[in-house]
Amino acid sequence: MKTKAKTKIKHSMGDRIVLFVIYVIVIAMVLLVLYPIVFVISSSFSDPVAVSSGDVWLWPVRPTLDAYKRVFREPEIITGYLNTIFYTVVGTMINLTVTVPCGYALSKNSLPGRGFWMGFFMFTMYFSGGMIPTYLLVQKLGLYNTRTILLIMGAFSVYNCIICRTFFSGIPKELEEAAAIDGCSPFRCFLQIILPTSQALLGVMVLYFAISHWNSYFNAMMYINKQEYKPLQLILRKILVEAQNMASMLEGGADEEYAAEMYKTAQLLKYAVIVVSSVPVMILYPFLQKYFAKGVMIGSVKG
Amino acid sequence: MKNQTTVATHLARSKRLSINWNKLGQRIWKHRAYYIMMLPAIIYIAIFKYVPMRGIQMAFQNFRPVLGYDRSPWVGFKHFVDFVTGPNFVMMMENTLTLTFYSLVVGFPIPIILALMLNEVSEKVRKPMQTILYAPHFISTVVLVGMIHILFSPSVGIVNQVIKALGGESIYFIVEESAFSHLYVWSGVWQQMGWNAIIYLAALSAVDPQLHEAARIDGATLLQRIRYVNLPTIMPTVIILLVMRIGTLASVGYEKIYLMQNDLNINASEVISTYVYKRGILNTNYSFSAAVDLFNNVVNIVLLLLANQVAKKTSETSLF
Repeated sequence: MKTKAKTKIKHSMGDRIVLFVIYVIVIAMVLLVLYPIVFVISSSFSDPVAVSSGDVWLWPVRPTLDAYKRVFREPEIITGYLNTIFYTVVGTMINLTVTVPCGYALSKNSLPGRGFWMGFFMFTMYFSGGMIPTYLLVQKLGLYNTRTILLIMGAFSVYNCIICRTFFSGIPKELEEAAAIDGCSPFRCFLQIILPTSQALLGVMVLYFAISHWNSYFNAMMYINKQEYKPLQLILRKILVEAQNMASMLEGGADEEYAAEMYKTAQLLKYAVIVVSSVPVMILYPFLQKYFAKGVMIGSVKG
Repeated sequence: MKNQTTVATHLARSKRLSINWNKLGQRIWKHRAYYIMMLPAIIYIAIFKYVPMRGIQMAFQNFRPVLGYDRSPWVGFKHFVDFVTGPNFVMMMENTLTLTFYSLVVGFPIPIILALMLNEVSEKVRKPMQTILYAPHFISTVVLVGMIHILFSPSVGIVNQVIKALGGESIYFIVEESAFSHLYVWSGVWQQMGWNAIIYLAALSAVDPQLHEAARIDGATLLQRIRYVNLPTIMPTVIILLVMRIGTLASVGYEKIYLMQNDLNINASEVISTYVYKRGILNTNYSFSAAVDLFNNVVNIVLLLLANQVAKKTSETSLF
């Protein structure tokens, strides 16, 4: 008790002022980040009339679940939702089976041609054929307008592979050597010894891959035309962005009943649809939070 | 004499080389399990990254899909000249560079400052704060742009409510040309500052507490300790991240920019990559947009090499 008191040096007056200022700034930043999120959630539970007249500031006004009921009645949103779940689950599994073993193989110092393959992969991080040739290739392969393309595109990520490689080269070699002497094949070694000790890495990889599948819209916009294949983000784009731009066109004088109708629906649905689309990610988030610092740290060690 | 030795070394080298090939084959066979593990990745990269590189030639052709790469007529640098002398070139270059450097100048230091400040906050308060600050990172681009539309709406948007309450005129931010870059950059800061601070916080947790105690005993104030103890500790991390960030500099977030574009703000929001998408995919001007894309790619690489050189000279850290 006494020693504790001794080591604790009192803050000087100036330090306390600085600390106070720091607290004020940090709290302000947190509130600034928090406010838009709270506002959207509150609006989604509020009476649409109150929302459109600007009565909602912080808490829901005249709480109702109407918007949510509407969201779950829109067949487009339901289809998009199911599609996105499919793309995320299957796509992430493909990502993991392509990327993680490759990172493991590249972590082997004894691997012949290791430098060559690293160069082979890393070159594509900085130079590519570009958007148009890739698009034409996809068309030529017959993958345009198929579900497959959304699963395959980005199946392998060089950046994540380097994270894996860095992580695996940090695992003590003795672990595998002992097993190898006992006649363990590299595959078994990888599956039964390495992977079980790499939960932090797998957690980070699942997080990165799953989130990028869940949130991506650009590939779908480029390669998918069929309504029944569209992922949720494209539907969201229609409701959250295109309909709002139509509103600006309306105010600019372009009169179309369709635009007006779409705008009205969008006004009603947009808050609820934001919440519904973000809920799965937000549920995943606390479970994976403990891996964040680790994942970012592994990633920062350059390959 | 000299000739002889060269011939001799050549012979020796070629002999060594041939033996090496043999040995290499053997070694690869010995490591075939690892090669099988890499195979899916190699196939993917070969098909989806290296095969399209052949398509770059269409930038110098009048490419038509029916004719293919072999029979499409060559036009040399025509598309490049068309692009560079075109009416939108200066505007697009300006937009691309403005958005890039603005994001860098604002987006890079803020997470560092945030981390330095969060580090002084007591742990009990810090944990929930971090949970909140990281959350926007997981919001999709589409939702983020949707939220910009909501918060900056001229009628009910909260920002305009505040402006009106203060006696100002409501501003239609989303279609306002001059507001575009600010909206783009600061919404990015809002979304990423917490996430980007993680790494600095991790680096700060490695600071030896004895250093702080010694500094205190010597009468250093809190600000001085942040400046002379904490900041130097995270400096190596800062430099590595800066180099990495500059490496990805010219690949502006076109996915977000594309969503934020509308007919009215297009003069401030059109960047090279969005232009490539529109001209190429939507208007099927394949060759022209491939040329624009290649131009962009070359600019990126030049920037990257420059950044790498500067980093090497000044800090001994580099990407390659």
